[in-house]
Amino acid sequence: MVNQLDALTSDPGALPPRDRSEGSARFAKRAWRSARTALPLVPFFAYVAIGLGVPTIVIINLAFRNSQGHLSFSNIKTITSSGQYLLGFETSLKLAAVTAIIPAVFGTLLAYVIATSKSALLRRMVATASGVFANFGGVNLAFIFIATVGTTGIASTFLAHFGLDPWNHGFDLYRITGVELVYMYFQIPLMMLIITPAIGGLREAWREAAQNLGASSWKYWRYVGLPVLMPSVLGSALLLFGSGLSAYATAEALTGGTIALTPIQIGAVLNGNVLAGETNIGYALGFAMIVMMLISVIGYVLLQRRASRWLR
Amino acid sequence: MVTLNPEVMILGEAPEAFAPAPPRGLRHRIHVGRFVILLIAGVYFLFPLYAALHFALENDQGHFSFSPLRSIPGQPGLGSAFWLSMRLAGVTVVIAMGLMVPTVVYMFLKAPKLKPIFETITFLPIVIPPIVLILGVLPSSPVWLKSSPYLLALVYVILVMPFVYRSLASGLGAIDLKTLVEASRSLGASWFRTLWSVVMPNLRSGLLSATVLTLALVLGEYTMASLDGWQTIPVWIVAFAQSDGHVTVAVSMLSLVATWVLLTLIVSLDRSQSRRNLRKKQS
Repeated sequence: MVNQLDALTSDPGALPPRDRSEGSARFAKRAWRSARTALPLVPFFAYVAIGLGVPTIVIINLAFRNSQGHLSFSNIKTITSSGQYLLGFETSLKLAAVTAIIPAVFGTLLAYVIATSKSALLRRMVATASGVFANFGGVNLAFIFIATVGTTGIASTFLAHFGLDPWNHGFDLYRITGVELVYMYFQIPLMMLIITPAIGGLREAWREAAQNLGASSWKYWRYVGLPVLMPSVLGSALLLFGSGLSAYATAEALTGGTIALTPIQIGAVLNGNVLAGETNIGYALGFAMIVMMLISVIGYVLLQRRASRWLR
Repeated sequence: MVTLNPEVMILGEAPEAFAPAPPRGLRHRIHVGRFVILLIAGVYFLFPLYAALHFALENDQGHFSFSPLRSIPGQPGLGSAFWLSMRLAGVTVVIAMGLMVPTVVYMFLKAPKLKPIFETITFLPIVIPPIVLILGVLPSSPVWLKSSPYLLALVYVILVMPFVYRSLASGLGAIDLKTLVEASRSLGASWFRTLWSVVMPNLRSGLLSATVLTLALVLGEYTMASLDGWQTIPVWIVAFAQSDGHVTVAVSMLSLVATWVLLTLIVSLDRSQSRRNLRKKQS
């Protein structure tokens, strides 16, 4: 009976009169069917809920509890008033901004130069290389830069021959300028990976149309090229911002944890380097981190959606 | 000036010039600009590699020598760190694939409406970065699990989800899943047999790139391993860095080369896959 009803309802014109109990039976049947369809997906959702959902809830919960376990804003108050943690946020945000903006601009230029280059070999090599370099954060990168521009690095000793030792000119690999220099090594390739499809979406017909209407190269970029690319560039910059904000391994290996960055401070709390009575500070820092990451990632998704209008 | 077409870029064929060339002075400026950008990028990206190689092939007196490389296998602690990293990588690959492959194949087949939900969920590990995730994992896991290194493998599965999902989804998008499964089922194959001997062989390149990305990520992961107190290869490198700089850089270079080889493999596989798809479309 219910099956027949199902078959009939697919044609709305032939909908027979029915009472309430039949409707709810049909609803129950449909609910049962979709539940049965969803059943094999349960392990995956359960894994995500336990592996990602529970830890996130634990962080948020503990961020709002004092050392006695009572609900309180004391941790949030500490991280937003203590000089040490405020400095951490400030340095982290500045680091993330610098290593998002410079790589966004330079990465776009470089991706454009590569994408329009006549050498197929160059394009292929750069495509592979940017995949490798974008995934090449972590401790190895720190040591490769120590070998290059560390106090006894190859570049430092070479430049010192000409009296240009960067260490005598305000450069310090183990401080914020050094960390910025190293982060760009994976941020620029990451930018190129994300932005290259958008550059590919700039259609030749638009440039021809602009030229036929008498536009100069500058006018084409000012009124066509850049407005089309802008949402992609801004969105990618936000993703880079998040990536620079949350990176831990490279900065930790490079500076040995001496730099005031929020991720390093979270690591220090986890290693037990925290004042008595402030054990839940780490969770408050983690919570702040989640909020900042959410803002930048949501911005990225929205801008990417806006940008996809122009991509075939 | 130049056609910008993703398919042309994938195939690596020379693009055709359509538009008239800009006036000479401007063209000159553009060429100089291109050259400067490529030069800066070349120096910034290649010089550190050269410097690290130079540094890794130097003894303490600053002379050329293979001794740092040769002394790697005998370094105290590296053997057990290597073995731990390998075990973690193996367990992570098995769990991640065992969980994700059936789920994603089933979703594509029976509930493709859920694709946006999967895309969102597998994007979440990017919002909760490793340094934050481990913060929540440690207090919420039971003691017996916390004393085992395999807690890391279980968390790594979450970490690799974005990469595994995207690899699988692009692989599944390229095959006619429904026809394959229906053909197999109507010939009497079980669901397991259909998945194992019909779907998975057709998904080879997606599976391979998912596996390789997982391996690369797990073998290089430092944040969680160090904070959970297990000495994997990257944790060992940092701990050892104080004793011998040349050997540390040599090990770092070796892991870069290994990552490079693994990822080059994916890119070339991706290219042959997309070329095959293109040919299919054309015929």
